[in-house]
Amino acid sequence: MKVVLDHLTKKFPSRNKKGDTVTAVSDFCFEVPDGSLIGLLGPSGCGKSTALNLICGLEKPTSGRIFFGDDDVTNLPPENRGVGLVFQNYALYPHLTVRQNILFPLQNLKGKDRLSKAEMLKKADEAAKLVQIEQLMDRKPSEMSGGQQQRVAIARALVKLPRVLLLDEPLSNLDARLRLQTREEIRRIQRDTGITTIFVTHDQEEAMSISDLIVVMKAGVVQQIGRPQEVYDDPANLFVAKFLGTPPINVFEGRVAGGKLFLGEDEVLRVAGVDDQPVWAGVRPEGFIPQEAGPLCCSLAGVEVMGRDTSVVSSHPAAENVSIRSIITAEHRIDKDAETVRFALKPNKVFLFRRDSEERIPFEAV
Amino acid sequence: MENKNWKAWLYLLPAIAFLGVFMVYPLADVLVYSFEEGYNSASQTFFGTGLYNYSYVLHDPYFLQAVKNTFILVIITVPVSTGIALLISLGLNSIRRLRELYQTVFFLPYVTNTLAVGLVFMILFKKTPYSDGMVNLLINWFGGESVDFIDGPYWAKMFVMCFYTVWVVMPFKILILTSALASVRQDYYNAAKIDGTSKWRIFTRITLPMISPMIFYLIITGFIGAFKAYSDEVALFGTDLNAAGMNTIVGYVYDMLYGDSGGYPSYASAAALILFAIVFTITVINLLISRKNVHY
Repeated sequence: MKVVLDHLTKKFPSRNKKGDTVTAVSDFCFEVPDGSLIGLLGPSGCGKSTALNLICGLEKPTSGRIFFGDDDVTNLPPENRGVGLVFQNYALYPHLTVRQNILFPLQNLKGKDRLSKAEMLKKADEAAKLVQIEQLMDRKPSEMSGGQQQRVAIARALVKLPRVLLLDEPLSNLDARLRLQTREEIRRIQRDTGITTIFVTHDQEEAMSISDLIVVMKAGVVQQIGRPQEVYDDPANLFVAKFLGTPPINVFEGRVAGGKLFLGEDEVLRVAGVDDQPVWAGVRPEGFIPQEAGPLCCSLAGVEVMGRDTSVVSSHPAAENVSIRSIITAEHRIDKDAETVRFALKPNKVFLFRRDSEERIPFEAV
Repeated sequence: MENKNWKAWLYLLPAIAFLGVFMVYPLADVLVYSFEEGYNSASQTFFGTGLYNYSYVLHDPYFLQAVKNTFILVIITVPVSTGIALLISLGLNSIRRLRELYQTVFFLPYVTNTLAVGLVFMILFKKTPYSDGMVNLLINWFGGESVDFIDGPYWAKMFVMCFYTVWVVMPFKILILTSALASVRQDYYNAAKIDGTSKWRIFTRITLPMISPMIFYLIITGFIGAFKAYSDEVALFGTDLNAAGMNTIVGYVYDMLYGDSGGYPSYASAAALILFAIVFTITVINLLISRKNVHY
């Protein structure tokens, strides 16, 4: 099922009682392709959960429309939209067993949609099998681990075969190891069912790893939509560049003069097609190449060998943060006791942004 | 282990001593009195032991009347007050505006003196040579006959008694249930909403089970409280409850000790123990029922 968000806007009344409003989601336009897995990504309070609530119908948009396929569902109540929602804390009914929890949505059906008891049980079993919890059907939620509860919540959302599956921060209540495992699981379940799935997360790694497309949001405004790798390699603005990637991108106060990029006093790169101006320069950690005569001179603070890669921590007067973190392949040897380290930069790992608007400035590496 | 335990006992000593002197000893004494025939508290003498006190109490028409009154009171007021309190709490929980005002209004009876409330009820219900009372005024308005609620027929007196009890015990129940309802996470309701659950089903399958421990608590304490009813009846019908035919078990115990016909601690003890047995049985039955229906 294709989901279309057409100029979706949601304003909440402000708490200061002056009739002001807070815009949680602003002019959100997006066509979610059928059967894809979408990650809505952004920091806390960026409006991603509100966007999800608009799609499932728990909130009504202030303006704009929502379509599931060709159906306009903007004014439909949640129960008529055919959505499944998995809550951040699962919201499993604690007094019901796993089976009763999964059966619950089916038992709500009335009239011609109502299934016989045997059919309901069969469907519940199928859903349980899909998320691999068949052996836990008679347990209560409190007798299960977080990961298992998560699966039950997904099974409950899937049992009535929703047109769209929505997950609100599905992994944030799980420990690190379970998180890795569960995100693979979500990907697998989504592939197996082919249900269009939208999930919300503040963890960029989570979104990057399993999404077909990611939507980066900030303060209610969509910053960029694209395939994870595309967004990573081609960020639209400084916010997106900073938000994606671990370790994060290193940002320098730089300036462009005469087709050359200066970071502090160091002339590091020739950039064609950019007017002379002060800029923010972002360099991905993997964009540094240690070189004897490299143009960027940093004071070395530490070297962490991590087997496959080496992480070099250094500092530079023009850098926004105290330390610059760069990842270099193990074949480059760094003298741990040296005072300084010099780098050349990979042009495709360097991004320039306007100082004022923080928009991306395209350039041609020469 | 043994060495460390004496310290624990030492710390518990004040509480144990206090409870021992003021609770355990009197309770044990009551048990002893109830088997001592013809015990006289002035001379500390009795002339035999046995079950005579129980037999006397159980054959005393005043006691049987008190048991009947108490049971009617319990059976009517506990479900009615809990049910109405639940309805009011649901209402309070679903409004936003003026909610605090209503909460305060509903809580007022809790902090009002029983006797003062009794006086107000007198004005509402009592028939005097000068006026028939507010309620009768209303009844007359609708073309009915005046009823003497305080000195009149049994059912009228029982109605006032139940009405009064429900009114007095309700605020606490509303307080407990409103906070219980507020503590049910909104997520459960959102989940139910997305699954298209009907309002009634949300109430019976989600809300009720979620607040069932609190409802159960209110029912148990409600039963115990209603079985111990006494002061409310005094406030309404005066101290001679036997004459009014509105005595309760606790009232009977009191009368046997201090009333005009009093001075019989043995009968009082036997009646108190019978009350204890009744309350104990009911509570056990409650616990057994709750095991199936209460979800912690």
